[in-house]
Amino acid sequence: MEPRQLSDPETWTDQHGDYLYRCALLRVRDSALAEEVVQETFLAALQARDRFAGQSSERSWLVGILKHKVIDHFRKAHREAPRDNPQELGRELDTEGLFDEAGHWKLGRTEPLEWPHNPSTELERKEFWEVLKRCLASLPPRMATAFSLREVDDRSSEEVCDALNITASNLWVILHRTRKHLRQCLEGHHFGRTAA
Amino acid sequence: MWLGPLANVLARNTPPCSAVIQLFSESLDHALPLRKRMLLRLHFLMCKYCERYRQQLLFIREAVRQHPERLEGQDSSPTPSLSPEARERIKRTLAGKEQ
Repeated sequence: MEPRQLSDPETWTDQHGDYLYRCALLRVRDSALAEEVVQETFLAALQARDRFAGQSSERSWLVGILKHKVIDHFRKAHREAPRDNPQELGRELDTEGLFDEAGHWKLGRTEPLEWPHNPSTELERKEFWEVLKRCLASLPPRMATAFSLREVDDRSSEEVCDALNITASNLWVILHRTRKHLRQCLEGHHFGRTAA
Repeated sequence: MWLGPLANVLARNTPPCSAVIQLFSESLDHALPLRKRMLLRLHFLMCKYCERYRQQLLFIREAVRQHPERLEGQDSSPTPSLSPEARERIKRTLAGKEQ
């Protein structure tokens, strides 16, 4: 395949601006910040455009740069701001009472249901993604960020801890609460149990 | 049958479901010591609900890793997009740097 060429940077904003904005928003959860990240991404891309090897599409090249900018942003922000208490993050999501006193699922009420198991067709369904997006949007921003960096972007735990300036055990607690919430939210709104 | 008593022994020796799902989530983020891995495996063998939970978490992980574009894409309503002001500002900045 012919190596691809970059288009004129003047057209980048119209071609990719909205898409990159949504990528940024998924990870930073703040519109002003997301706009800033998009601008920084384009500027970095402009500087690095001689190094574009043409192996990927222009858009995925830009998305790759954006992911780095997101991490940079968090590193900088947490150096400057005092840290909040990560142990408290998402604690309110924890009050749903999934388990009885002995720590077992409450049968007939909270035990995980069987999901229709044909993953490939499920992933084709627009509704699945709509619900997942809504579930993600219902998380506190830092939890959503931890999830995006770790699960979507497949960053290592160490990188996510470093970016969010939290300890490993804090990250594990946050991710556990996040995954539990998302699973339950999907089950409640998509896979069957009404009003989880 | 020997399976009944064995299941009882195992049940008494693995943590409850609430602790199992937390430990399982941790196992997605770092390597657990062998003993904990064995506890998890035993529990999943015995408890179909936790086993479902395990599979569903893995399903969600695979879904978002393989199709990040579906989370970023525009098939949602309303679709977030750059504000006109931001769009203009970015264009101006880019044009300024390009010269």
